Amino acid sequence: MKKNFKKSITNAVNNSILTGALGKFSEAYKVNRAKAYEGIDFEALRQIIADRKAYAATHLDALAAAFTINAEAQGAKVYKANSAQEAIDYILKVAKDNNVKTVVKSKSMASEEIHLNKHLEDIGVSVKETDLGEWIIQLAGQKPSHMVMPAIHMTKEQVSDLFSKEVDERLSNDIPQLVEVARNELREKFIAADMGISGGNLAVAETGSIVLVTNEGNARMVTVLPKIHVALVGIEKFVEKFEDIVPILTALPRSATAQLLTSYVSIITGATPNTDGTMKDLHIVLMDNKRTEMANDPKFAQAMQCIRCGSCLNVCPIFRLVGGHVFGSTYTGGIGTILTAWFDKLQESEDIQGLCIQCGNCTEVCPGKLDIPEMILEIRRRLVLEKGQPLALKAIFSVVNNRKMFHAMLRTASLGGKPFTKGSYIRHLPLFLSDLTEGRSLPAIASVPFRDEFKKIKQPKCDEKIAFYSGCLIDFAYPKMGLDLVKILNKAGYEVVFPLEQTCCGAPARYNGAYEVAANNAVDNIKALMKEDVKYVVSACPTCTVALNHEFISTFESLGQTEHIEEAEKLAAKTIDFSVLAKMLIDEGRIKLKKGQNLGKITYHDSCHLKRTLKVSEQPREVLKKAGYELDEMFECDMCCGMGGSYTIKLPEISRPILERKITNIKNTGAPLVAMDCPGCVMQIGGGFDQDDAAVKVKHTLELIAENLEDDN
Amino acid sequence: MFDKFKTRAEAVSSEVYRFKTGTEALEFIVSFLKKEGVSDAPKSYALWADSPFLKGVDCKSIESDVPGLKFEVTRELAVDSLVGISEMAYGLSDTGSLVADQTKIEDRLVSTLPVIHIAIVGTGNILDGKAEVFKKINPGNSRYIAFITGPSRTADIERVLTIGVHGPKRLIIVFVDDMGGAE
Repeated sequence: MKKNFKKSITNAVNNSILTGALGKFSEAYKVNRAKAYEGIDFEALRQIIADRKAYAATHLDALAAAFTINAEAQGAKVYKANSAQEAIDYILKVAKDNNVKTVVKSKSMASEEIHLNKHLEDIGVSVKETDLGEWIIQLAGQKPSHMVMPAIHMTKEQVSDLFSKEVDERLSNDIPQLVEVARNELREKFIAADMGISGGNLAVAETGSIVLVTNEGNARMVTVLPKIHVALVGIEKFVEKFEDIVPILTALPRSATAQLLTSYVSIITGATPNTDGTMKDLHIVLMDNKRTEMANDPKFAQAMQCIRCGSCLNVCPIFRLVGGHVFGSTYTGGIGTILTAWFDKLQESEDIQGLCIQCGNCTEVCPGKLDIPEMILEIRRRLVLEKGQPLALKAIFSVVNNRKMFHAMLRTASLGGKPFTKGSYIRHLPLFLSDLTEGRSLPAIASVPFRDEFKKIKQPKCDEKIAFYSGCLIDFAYPKMGLDLVKILNKAGYEVVFPLEQTCCGAPARYNGAYEVAANNAVDNIKALMKEDVKYVVSACPTCTVALNHEFISTFESLGQTEHIEEAEKLAAKTIDFSVLAKMLIDEGRIKLKKGQNLGKITYHDSCHLKRTLKVSEQPREVLKKAGYELDEMFECDMCCGMGGSYTIKLPEISRPILERKITNIKNTGAPLVAMDCPGCVMQIGGGFDQDDAAVKVKHTLELIAENLEDDN
Repeated sequence: MFDKFKTRAEAVSSEVYRFKTGTEALEFIVSFLKKEGVSDAPKSYALWADSPFLKGVDCKSIESDVPGLKFEVTRELAVDSLVGISEMAYGLSDTGSLVADQTKIEDRLVSTLPVIHIAIVGTGNILDGKAEVFKKINPGNSRYIAFITGPSRTADIERVLTIGVHGPKRLIIVFVDDMGGAE
């Protein structure tokens, strides 16, 4: 990671104005978005959008041809720009040919993508951004920090200073007055402008229409007052049919700003009359700039389904801490990382791709059904292919690749960690490792791993068998969880088998782009777990469950390895997360909990992979209530705890404040106990409470079930 | 339908009125213009874009009743107007929006530049929502289809909602029951 990138992160997370504004916004957004979508079947809506946009992405040439014919039939001039340079050259030519001196612009990310303002200014054209946020950014000489709210990182005081300088008069900090200043200043520019430049939220092939969705009314000024209108539209904005506007127009304002509809939507089809009775000189520039290439890549074609609402930014636990500037490019956040990798180049995304913690929040709200975390993993994989793994990681993964060596190392680590261990936690590590234990302790590696403890268990004779996949954390850091699991399943009448050849699930390797290592891990595990015929393969770590359930197969697919896919599919079909199995066995009466207990208040933390990949959230809650706990939901119960595997090691400066937020939300419930179903979250949150004054116990749900089993089951 | 429209429109700061007849609506608009201080001076004009509503209305006598009110819409006058009046074809009850073909420049000028926009709509033309209106509008013969939902707004400074940026600061919607459908 580059030093200045790390520095920009440190600056951002310590910028209380930025994190305060973004934090408040993200909290309000969640509530307001839900309200805006009341009465709408979001899943059905986004399926339609994804389908329509996917259709457009696979028919780009045909739609461009149809659009051109239809728009030109209505008097527009349509130019297809294959590259950024072609788009720039064309627009500069239109400006020169018409002796354009002044331009007013409404918001267009595509124009920022190609740095259009600078090119126009270089030939002596004065360009004014007229969207209030964009104008503020232009006056400040900055880049937008958010796709929809470009100046969200600035205070009214800073805006007042900027405007005061611009109008040469000391202004107050009153927001309505500042808005009035913008209205008056920019009104003159609109009236005088020779050319208006807009973007386009949609381009409709069958009618040749462009659609502009705005709130301030500036896009109407830009398209009505100047005699020349240039609309710069990325070809990802195509839809085939006029009626395709409806679903997108239903989702875009709700997802972007939690509005039912923006103040203005303009559907412009061809040239319209000017104020002097002449017809508008309308130029529509359809810009490719590597979009076709992206649409042709099977892993990234789905990025063409993006409608640029920015909701992935609004729900991202990382974005609300760092804002847009650390992304260093036009497009920010998760989607920005992907667009930067394509529109600039893959290398440009090297640092920023690491910001994604893979929590999956964005996948739940994306109206285009993009799987941004998945695409970011693919970027990681390709970066590793291109540049190789950093040395330190390479060393780690060469160990993880070899089960015996890996497990031997973990055993040694138990001894190596001793000098720093206090109770069951490592509180302080020396030197450069100290960041790891700042604000959070690490679990000490257990002196006896689960695999050794397991051999000592005397299990009752049972007819049915379940294989236990422990994952590294339960095996080497939390063996008691494994013992509890065996106890519970034995009482339910299952014998537990524990194939010793099982190894790391491959998630760490996969999330770091080391797919070969992940594939080797997968093969080892498939062999180990499919050896004996069992009813289920159970895991009590959702990250491992996801690996067994989904990722073995997708890793093989990414690498084009077909040899083990069939076995992987069989394993996937047998794999079950413990949270689901426990609920099932309780319902079936096979697990009996003590009756009539009043165990007091508890709060529950949803783990990312459990909630968003496995779609499990109700089962553990019901189990806890059934055991006799009174559930008190914390604020943002399903927000990531900041663990993210090696994320805590790579970006502790981001992981830490996310954890602090989680700790605060847990404490605010007043519950003395927090449950979760992921040992990784137990490690992160437990480690956080180890360095906090509050006496809150952090438990895996299975530990609580084990504590409350009926005695003679 | 009307009630739902009114609730949704008022939620986005539109001001909604309803009259039984065109005559009553006209009386309301005239008194509104007077109350808001329309006069024959720059920044105080009212511009009324021609529309079916004005059929049979004695524009000359209203002009002489309200100095500053003009039925001839130009860019220069629009820039200096306090109020713009136009007819909009449809209301959408699920979002409180108005929809019209604004290909005629006069319709765009009076709904874009003035401080206050008065929109006249037939009460019978309130539709459920976008899906319905998209069956009625046709970009083949309407080159500028406008959706207007409340006055112009921004939250670009500290996320504080502020009404009235570049477009109108107030949107007055006048429903008229006895107006024929726009079709």
